[in-house]
Amino acid sequence: MSQHARILLVLRHSPYSSQIAREALDAALTAAAFEVPISLLFINDGVYQLLPEQQPEQLPAKNISKTLPALALYDIDRVYAAQSCLETRGLPLDHLMLEVEVVDANGVAALFHQHQHILSF
Amino acid sequence: MKLAVVINGSPTASQAATTALRYIQAALALGHQVPRVFFYGESVHTANTLTTPPQDESNLTRRWQDLAQQHGIELVVCIAAAVRRGMLDAREAKRHEQTAGNLAEGFELSGLGQLIDATLNADRVITFGGKQ
Amino acid sequence: MVLHTLNSSPHSSCCLADCLRVISPPAALILIEDGAYAATLSNAALFLDLAADIDCYVLQPDVDARGLSTTLSPRFTPVTDTGFVELTLQYERVQSWY
Repeated sequence: MSQHARILLVLRHSPYSSQIAREALDAALTAAAFEVPISLLFINDGVYQLLPEQQPEQLPAKNISKTLPALALYDIDRVYAAQSCLETRGLPLDHLMLEVEVVDANGVAALFHQHQHILSF
Repeated sequence: MKLAVVINGSPTASQAATTALRYIQAALALGHQVPRVFFYGESVHTANTLTTPPQDESNLTRRWQDLAQQHGIELVVCIAAAVRRGMLDAREAKRHEQTAGNLAEGFELSGLGQLIDATLNADRVITFGGKQ
Repeated sequence: MVLHTLNSSPHSSCCLADCLRVISPPAALILIEDGAYAATLSNAALFLDLAADIDCYVLQPDVDARGLSTTLSPRFTPVTDTGFVELTLQYERVQSWY
């Protein structure tokens, strides 16, 4: 496997209403385990994964925000979140579950162009 | 060129698996290669051997089997996504003490490493998704 | 060079708005499945602010299935499945909005 390939995972969906958010993170962690350089972009409802104080036990469901710190353990440090999506949804920029680099629309467009492949979730 | 196809939409609640099938047929006709298709999320149900559409409707599972057999395409179904949704091959059925497996012939259960591998080894990667 | 695919109706989801907010040249857009509904004349206003150098396409089988072939906006070029494949080869990467 080429170590120069770079994959951008685009995470557009909120957690809990379906499995897609969790399954996207599983793909990210797999790539990391194979030491493939990846970036994550939380955008649209995907930014809801970053909310603190998620307590899904009553649903019941596994807490996706507890998986997010694993990204750091695997050295996934290229993590981005779309600014307008965070703001539209009133998310606290300084109190997210993950350290993210906030990017504007131009920044998002740049991310698409900068990666060799995009995996769309 | 080598194309990696990822499917992430239900075979009945979305067009993901049908659009992807046509896309691949067109790609092959143009002389491109599609060595592997990765079925993720709700698309794992495409691999259900029990799929039984009405006589006057096309059998999507069968069409995928025919395509794969004709062109030597690996149809890989994410094992974690499959098992959680009740899609098991004979081995997983035994492992989980279920009565029987239901994975259609021509499809195989495997890990997310196959998705990453397909992506890295492809010239182009495309995801066909659907409502979640 | 990014090809954006979009498969939902603009009136049932915000995929189109989400895409249009970030799509930027060099890029192209192909509407597939229910996204074909966005390619009609009655929805042309949705694309007024889209950069002129972003080529727009719509997948013919989805247009035909939905009875839209006589009401397409001239902004959208219908393509066959073969054309769809050729677009993914021409553009280096694909972002699928769904």
